[in-house]
Formats: sequence, structure tokens, C-alpha cells
Amino acid sequence: MELTLQQTFFLVLGGLVLLFATASGLVAWLTLRTADAVKLTWIGHLNSRIHASWMIVLLFAIGFALGEAALAVIFALASFFALREFVALTPIKPADHIALIVAFYVVIPVQYVLVASGWYQLYAVFIPVYLFLILPMVMAWGQDTELYLQRVAKVQWGLMLSVYCVSHAPAIATLEPPGYEGRGPLLLLYFLLIVQMSDMFAVMASASFGRTPLASNPNKSREGVLIGGAGANVLGTLLWWMTPFTWWQAALMSAATVFAGFMGGLVLASVKRSLGERQWDQGVALSRGVLERLEGITFAAPVFFHATVYFFVP
Amino acid sequence: MPIPFRFLPPIVWLVRLLVGAYPRWIGCAPSAVQRIYFANHTSHMDTVVLWAALPRELRANTRPVAAKDYWDRGGIRGHIARDELNVVMIDRARDDPNADPLEPLREALEHGFSLIIFPEGTRTPQPLPGPFRSGLYHLAMSFPAVELIPVYIENLHRSMPKGALLPVPTICTVRFGAPLARIEGETKESFVERARDAVVALAG
Repeated sequence: MELTLQQTFFLVLGGLVLLFATASGLVAWLTLRTADAVKLTWIGHLNSRIHASWMIVLLFAIGFALGEAALAVIFALASFFALREFVALTPIKPADHIALIVAFYVVIPVQYVLVASGWYQLYAVFIPVYLFLILPMVMAWGQDTELYLQRVAKVQWGLMLSVYCVSHAPAIATLEPPGYEGRGPLLLLYFLLIVQMSDMFAVMASASFGRTPLASNPNKSREGVLIGGAGANVLGTLLWWMTPFTWWQAALMSAATVFAGFMGGLVLASVKRSLGERQWDQGVALSRGVLERLEGITFAAPVFFHATVYFFVP
Repeated sequence: MPIPFRFLPPIVWLVRLLVGAYPRWIGCAPSAVQRIYFANHTSHMDTVVLWAALPRELRANTRPVAAKDYWDRGGIRGHIARDELNVVMIDRARDDPNADPLEPLREALEHGFSLIIFPEGTRTPQPLPGPFRSGLYHLAMSFPAVELIPVYIENLHRSMPKGALLPVPTICTVRFGAPLARIEGETKESFVERARDAVVALAG
């Protein structure tokens, strides 16, 4: 039996709400029963993942109800906060002011308007080509050549990570492989679920099989990441029916997504370390920063997007 | 009856969006006690940022002190200064050299308002503040019951260098220190120096 679009949406939404409600309930129950501090930290990590999962359900519902433009607005805000955090971590000079003003107030809106309007030929090159040429010109105009290359590179990297890469997530929702017209938000949901679950499974598995902690993320172990990744891969294969892929294509796509998501986390950890991340005294509100929350999708979104375009959109 | 729920005023909402303005109560807790908050001054946004970092209940009763030549204008700037922040205007370019520039401040304190002042008198777009002027000393002596709270506004000089029209979004914190004690018989110079040191200590 072929499900209609509406039926698929409600089925998936209902299933997810049920799943995460169970998870939230379970965590609340565990928190009440546990007095052990180590276990409580672990539950805290798990809890922040479950909150993120609820965000995904919410995103999906919004995308379904209001369309792709609303998704673009939400991800544009995410890019804004990520870039804001990147700038706060990066030493900047007064001479960089104009370049950063352009980055925040021009590049973010333009990139997301291009994504929402589906102008693929332009949004695929806008930041890596156009801005790559324009920003160095703007910054050279200021005549301040002290650490010029480092400053230009940091602005460009900030834009690539927090705007270009992140904007490929809502771009997934605009894709229309043959026979899958109008179901873009479902494909975005599939992508976000895999990234999110691979992270969540890895945290869960690391708590039980934590022999070798990762240097980039002490909350995860090598074994945990492997097991979590395999779990997310199985999940991605089992969910093939909500994608334009066959089951083995879904297996390969989710494997690529899991791998890119993990590598994204590794790269961002290195970036933060080389920026010499300061110990922010911001307390709980920013304990897991915006960039850290987005690390999974920064690298996985362009990979998933381009693999789909290359293999499935003629 | 108090209104149970109110949307944030647009100016506070905008400041949070652009520069965060996260309060850190290091040496004291938020309190309705009459206070003078004195802070480093790195950009035009300081006034709004410090005010926005206060809890809502305190904002209504706390008035920033700002230069008349900058804030007393028409348009949005004047609207923010008068209707949102309820700024106490201080006349830097006064016509009558004998008039006391602190008069509007004394008046606001007598009415029970808390004040936000920037004792440098002008913007110093650097991490550490320049020398303080003596206005704080005179107010501290005339109003011995008012708590003097040092405040350090971190990171904002990078967001809006002198001459810039728009701020670069970033994350800044507003750190509130312990109340500055008054010492019997202390000279003006030593008091002002101690006040500056209290702000600098929060920068570390």
C-alpha cells in the first residue's frame, strides 16, 4: 500500500513524538532514582541530546506546516548565532569591522534567500567563490596588513562553517528527486535524525563501553562512537521508506552522513582548540555552545546534499 | 494589579540578539536597594547593554546617565533615551561655567532612582578603562546610603569601535562586583583610584 504524503508526515511525526516522549520520561525517571554524580553527568549529556531531538521534531512540524521558507529563516538564525559565537572566540581588529558587518548583515540573508528560492547555481558558489574574492578586497582596503592572512582566513572559515555548511540543511528540503516531489522536508528530517541519533547513540554507548575517551570529545569513547555510528546506520537503513532511496542506497547514504557528521565534530574541536577557546564564565546557558550543537550537521549537510543531487536528481 | 507577562521591550530584545549582554553577578546579587552602577565605557552601546543586563524589575527604577549632546536628539535615538531608558541627561558643553553638572543626577537620586554612570566621561575603546573623573566621589559623599557597584562590560569594544555605525554581533558579559566601601577621611584622588581598580579587578 502506498501512503499519501499527508499520511506519511503524520505517521512519522506521531512515531517521533511517541519515541521522544518515552525517552524524556525515562530520563526523568532515571534522574529521580540516581544519586551517583558520574551517572547524573551522563544523564545530563543524554538529556541535552533529547532536547535537541525535540527541536528536530519541532523543526519538522514547522517545515511541514509553513513550508521551506520558514525552515530557511530558522536555519538563518542558527547561522547567525553560530557566527556570533565564532566571532566572540576569534581575535578581531577594528580594521575587520566592515568585513564582519558584510558577513552578518549581507551574507547571511542573501545566502538563505538564495536557498529558499532554490537558486542552486548561485548559493553553491556564493560564499566559496564570490565572498572568497570580495572579503580579502574589503579587508585589504583598510591598509592594515598585520596578520592579514590569518584575519581573512578566519572570517572566511567562520562564514563557511556557520553559514555555507549549515545552509545546506534547509537546502535538502528543497530537493525534488523524481517520484519524491514535495516531500523535501521529510528528507531533511531523515538527515537530521541520522545525525542526531548517531550523536545520541554514541553518548549512550560510550557510557557502557568507555575504554578509550576521544581526545576531541571526552564524553565519547572510541568504542562508543563505532557502536553508535553502526546503530545510526542501521536506523538509516530501516527508514529507507521515507526517502527516495532503496534500502541499500539508504544504507550507503546514512553511512556517509554518519562519517561526515563525526568528522565535522573532530574538525570543529580542532578549530576551537586552535582558536584557544577561552574559558567562558557564562555558566549553564552556553555550556554547550551553538557551534557545538551544530557540529554534526556542518560537514554532513553538504555531503548528504551533494550526494543526493549527484546520484538522485537528474 | 501587576501584569503577569510582558514582552521584552524591543531595545532589550535587540541588544540580547546582537551582543548577548549576559549578566554575571560576581560580588553582589540583583537587589532593589538604591545603587550607583559605575562601569568602563568602550562604546555607545554600553549604556543600553548594562541597562539590558539588569533584571526587568530593576530596569524600571534604574536610569542611565548619558551625554546630552549624543542622546538628546530627535528620531530613534531620542525615543530610546527618553521613553525606554529614561536617561538622565548630563550637559558636557554647558553654557554657564558655575552650574553644577551633577545637579540632574542628585535630583534623580533624591527621587530614589538607581543610576548607571561611566566615570571615564568618554569612551575608551580598549579592554581597560582610562582614569576616572571625580563625579562619582561627590555623589558617593552626598548620598552615603547608596550602594556603589563596580561593573565591567567585557568584549564590547571589539563589537563597536569608535566611529562605527553598526555593531558586529558578538557575545559580551556584564560583570557586577562587590559594593565599594567608603573609607572615613579618604581623599578624592585615592577614592577615584580605588573605584577604577574595582572595575579593573573584574576584567581579569
